[in-house]
Amino acid sequence: MIAEILFVFLGVVALATGVLAVASRHLMHAALWLVVTLGAVAGTFLLLGAELLAWVQVLVYVGAVVVLIVFALMLTRRPTAVASAEVTKNSRPAAVVSVLATLGLTAVFAVTFGGSRFEVRRLGTAENIGSAIFTEWVLAFEVLSVVLLVALIAAIVIARGTEAGEH
Amino acid sequence: MPLLFPLLLSAALFGVGLYGVLARRNAVLALIGVELMLNAVNLQLVTYDAWYGDTTHTGQVLTLYVIALAAAEIGLGLAIILALFRARGTVDVDDVERVS
Repeated sequence: MIAEILFVFLGVVALATGVLAVASRHLMHAALWLVVTLGAVAGTFLLLGAELLAWVQVLVYVGAVVVLIVFALMLTRRPTAVASAEVTKNSRPAAVVSVLATLGLTAVFAVTFGGSRFEVRRLGTAENIGSAIFTEWVLAFEVLSVVLLVALIAAIVIARGTEAGEH
Repeated sequence: MPLLFPLLLSAALFGVGLYGVLARRNAVLALIGVELMLNAVNLQLVTYDAWYGDTTHTGQVLTLYVIALAAAEIGLGLAIILALFRARGTVDVDDVERVS
């Protein structure tokens, strides 16, 4: 019971700050609201028994990804323009599409999983996840390491861009 | 816990992220929407893992991989946006038709 109350609370926090993150007029505030959203999602991971994932979420998302986004926002700010976070002309159709997508998904989940309940039976501790990765999922793990290397090199090449061409 | 709680939260987060991707004018803020959508999917995977409760932890391991891919994606995306800013002086998605 207490877990359900906590889950609803975290869900409300995640949703409210998520809306602020996509609707805030101030660029930097949007990135900082994202921190709260991702933190609340990490909390729901904990409630669902995914211990390791909750801390990975805090480390990778709240730590690394948000810092990257904040740096990108600072680097791409035009000195002349006001730091505006306006929406495009399509914001009204976008709102309609996203509401329809949410309602559609909700209907599918309600029909499919309407009465189902679950209890967390097996915690996703570092030990359990680690043994799962390095016995069942080791091939995907290796492929992923190559993907990360390629992304790293590509990011460096793209970000250097024209400078490298001029030399 | 009812299975519907996390699933409905995930659906709503996905909708919020979708709005962010479609409506934001600044490309970096559109990427924030992508992160929200990826988090919605991660929440689903973790939920199904808790529901199924097998020893291979398919859902949670997949979530770990999605988090790693999301980190690669955001790194590449921001590199492209920086290149765009250097070439065009703007990251406004309405004004940009070509990167270089």
